[in-house]
Amino acid sequence: MTAHDVPTTAIDIAAAVRAGIVSASDVVERHLAAIDAHERDVHAFNRVLADQARAAAAAIDAAVAAGDDPGPLAGVPVALKDNLCTRGVPTTCSSKILDGWRPPYDATVVTRLAAAGAIAVGKTNLDEFAMGSSTENSAFGPTRNPHDVERVPGGSSGGSAAAVAAGFAPVGLGSDTGGSIRQPAALCGVVGVKPTYGLVSRYGLVAFASSLDQVGPFTHTVADAAAVLEIIGGHDPMDSTSIPEPVPDLSALLDDGVDGLRVGRITDLPTGADPDVVERVEAAFDALAAAGATIVDVEVPAFTYGLTAYYLIAPAEASSNLARYDGVRYGLRVDAPDTNAMYMATRHEGFGAEVKRRIMLGTYALSAGYYDAYYGKALKVRRLIADDFARAYERADVLLTPASPSVAFAFGDKTDDPLAMYLCDTYTIPSNLSGHPGMSVPFGTGAHDLPIGVQVLAPALHEPTMFRVAAELERAAPPTPAPRMIDVAVGGAGSAR
Amino acid sequence: MSGTSSDTFLIDGADGSYEMVVGLEVHVELATATKLFSGSPNRFGDEPNTHIDPVTLGLPGALPVLNRHAVELAMRIGLALNCTVQPCTFHRKNYFYPDMPKAYQISQYDVPLNVDGWLDLPDGTRIGIERAHLEEDTGKSTHVGGSGGRIHGSASSLIDFNRAGVPLVEIVGRPDIRTPEQARQYVNELRAILVAIGASDAKMEEGSMRVDANVSVRRPGDELGTRCEIKNLNSVRSLGRAVEYEARRQVALVEAGERIRQETRHWDEGDGRTHTLRSKEDADDYRYFLEPDLVPLDPGDEWIETVRAGLPPLPAARRTALAETTGAPADGEAVMVVVDRDQDAYVLAVGEAGGDVARALVHVKEAYAEQGAEPTVPAADLAALTTMEVAGELTATQAKQVLAEIVANGGGDPAAIARDKGFEAMDTGALEVMVDEAIAAQPAAWEKFCNGEDKAVGALVGAVMKASQGQADGKAVTALLRARRG
Repeated sequence: MTAHDVPTTAIDIAAAVRAGIVSASDVVERHLAAIDAHERDVHAFNRVLADQARAAAAAIDAAVAAGDDPGPLAGVPVALKDNLCTRGVPTTCSSKILDGWRPPYDATVVTRLAAAGAIAVGKTNLDEFAMGSSTENSAFGPTRNPHDVERVPGGSSGGSAAAVAAGFAPVGLGSDTGGSIRQPAALCGVVGVKPTYGLVSRYGLVAFASSLDQVGPFTHTVADAAAVLEIIGGHDPMDSTSIPEPVPDLSALLDDGVDGLRVGRITDLPTGADPDVVERVEAAFDALAAAGATIVDVEVPAFTYGLTAYYLIAPAEASSNLARYDGVRYGLRVDAPDTNAMYMATRHEGFGAEVKRRIMLGTYALSAGYYDAYYGKALKVRRLIADDFARAYERADVLLTPASPSVAFAFGDKTDDPLAMYLCDTYTIPSNLSGHPGMSVPFGTGAHDLPIGVQVLAPALHEPTMFRVAAELERAAPPTPAPRMIDVAVGGAGSAR
Repeated sequence: MSGTSSDTFLIDGADGSYEMVVGLEVHVELATATKLFSGSPNRFGDEPNTHIDPVTLGLPGALPVLNRHAVELAMRIGLALNCTVQPCTFHRKNYFYPDMPKAYQISQYDVPLNVDGWLDLPDGTRIGIERAHLEEDTGKSTHVGGSGGRIHGSASSLIDFNRAGVPLVEIVGRPDIRTPEQARQYVNELRAILVAIGASDAKMEEGSMRVDANVSVRRPGDELGTRCEIKNLNSVRSLGRAVEYEARRQVALVEAGERIRQETRHWDEGDGRTHTLRSKEDADDYRYFLEPDLVPLDPGDEWIETVRAGLPPLPAARRTALAETTGAPADGEAVMVVVDRDQDAYVLAVGEAGGDVARALVHVKEAYAEQGAEPTVPAADLAALTTMEVAGELTATQAKQVLAEIVANGGGDPAAIARDKGFEAMDTGALEVMVDEAIAAQPAAWEKFCNGEDKAVGALVGAVMKASQGQADGKAVTALLRARRG
């Protein structure tokens, strides 16, 4: 068996490994070689777990040799966002404040992937504590977009998106609080899924905004995303907000087409998307209509207010979630004469500017005298958004929008203007507020031949329908160009189908 | 009810008197096996930092999972205090302190589990219960160096997280208490209830029951005055002293024409005073918001009714039952002590074994309850003893001696023991002879007694007791001597 025969999708890799056609060790070596060749250009990882991955691959190969089933994702390399806890392995959230901290436990999603035979190859870069849309807010330097290393990969899960796009791993895990999976997926030309809130356990995901955070996959294909979500999803008794049901069958309907489905067009969607993005979304509507779907107009009036509500609720929760980083028990401690001074010095040194900005925003929004006007009002908007979506979903099975208002932008374009950066998540935020699922599917290219993603939104727990529509879009999509820095033989999105 | 000393407590001013108004906030640690949101043991007194886990330490990514048994114990408390148990939510109370691992405490805020109940004091006063909610405890800091064990000025601090995450119920009483005695009764009664329902061991000395007192003063009938919160009350005795001191302090201020500042004050057991800890202006803004890591808690009628049905008889009901059976007063010492020590069932068992419950109550109180010992004598033996007593076969003194022997042996036949000791009821004829002999032997004493010196009877009675080898009934002898004197 030669290394050239290593497949590029998770499903094909697992099938080949389970059948003994390809060894897990070969799979891992091919991906470590790709990382060796291109990581210096991309900087997808905070840490590559080469030794650990090789040991895991050897164990899978031994299981196959012994005739045991190594699991449905046997030998599939996975890139883990570095806000997912990994036992004994530093978990940094791309922040200085967690310096030296090694979790004593694995996140539930990490445990489930390992049990399914998947192999962690590294911890990926992110905007510090998942706060950002470009991965420029990392304490360890930005990740670069494999399609154009002068541009951002999106964020906050930019490292995982870039790792998949670059062929470092066929699967990445990210977290999506306001679009942090779907926006980088769109900018990197890969599939990215934000599941229904509660479908995937948050145990071991370092919290940014607990009522919004949700873990999800990056993959080259819709089928891979379904396969991964089927493994990581489902009830976890360690997470009280986990939905007490097994994950639905997501793969079964992928080939059913969209005939008879109602696809909603939000007539009062916030404007501001670039023309090339609008053109691709229109093309997506056309493709679905051509495949038998009915396009219906719906209104979601509160969609427009999602961004402002989000930037009160998410920082409010973050101000509380990040208060524990005080230098007392773990991570960075900057010594000072007394406890209060130690707190301040540690947090001053340990947090970056965007994190500090959001802690201050959130603290203010929750403060006595301001609570009703800010946080309280944001909660009301959140309810309105859920109500508006509910009405829209009476008339439509799914909704289609842009995932990102633009293609990947250049480094520094928005770093001096937080509001411009926040607007990157205009189309993704409302479904976090409502707890509904959404996913970005590559659908051709726009300016500079850069990837564009179309977002499919669905009601809570309607992932099977969402995936069905995404699969139809994938069939209709023009091929995504191969990443420009990459050896095509390693596999990129372009060779997926 | 009336007639007890707890009824009135007024503090004199130059121009009329003041009453104190006290509301108590009581934190109790629940007697669960594990913590409120994690599986670590809930145990006091072990090596520091041995009952910890990612949730207890607030490690990144760890999430709370509510302990069902803690909820059940909290519901028992609510139902025992006549509260409405309702669907409720959890909030985060945000503030920084080194022994609070997440920098927020998970507590209940606007919609607590238990609301609107009451507790009746033994003297009959009804104290309202505003709420009784669930929350987690903090860790424990020990500040090394510096003065007074405070964090400020200390050289270093040691933190033990064994207590962090231990389930607490905070019971907020309404300001219905008017005397130090009522404050003491409230805490004693609450503790008795908590122990009876198995919710907590409720030990103030070990910190499993912590009492803060809100104290204000006013002219009777006036609006409520400005209150001060008193902390560091480590015993029921401290509580009584502290609220009285604080009320007098506030009256003195008002009398001097000064205003009471709303503040938190620290009770100093040593100097018997309260001292300013922090004023209201320094209070934290806790920035409460709904805990997003937990879902709303709706116990549901079925669970509530199951818990209600499983409640044991409460101390007040048991005191009433014991009082009715024995004829002793329900708020009398014997009934209070025997129920408090959980020995009322034993007293009633003596009655069921054919004994006299009124005598049994006194014996159990003296032989067991007051010593804090558990009854070991079979109820039938004590029943037989009381029967002999009531029949006049044993004097009270003899009965005590027989009981002491039965207790020492863990049981025994009182009739046989009485025989061994030579305790036989003396017939009047034998007594008359002994009285004659005593008068003959001590003519001076008899003359004094006849001249109205009642004290002189002691020497004569003593002589009879000696002659009878302690078997005579002292009261009967005195009665005979009085009869002779005419």
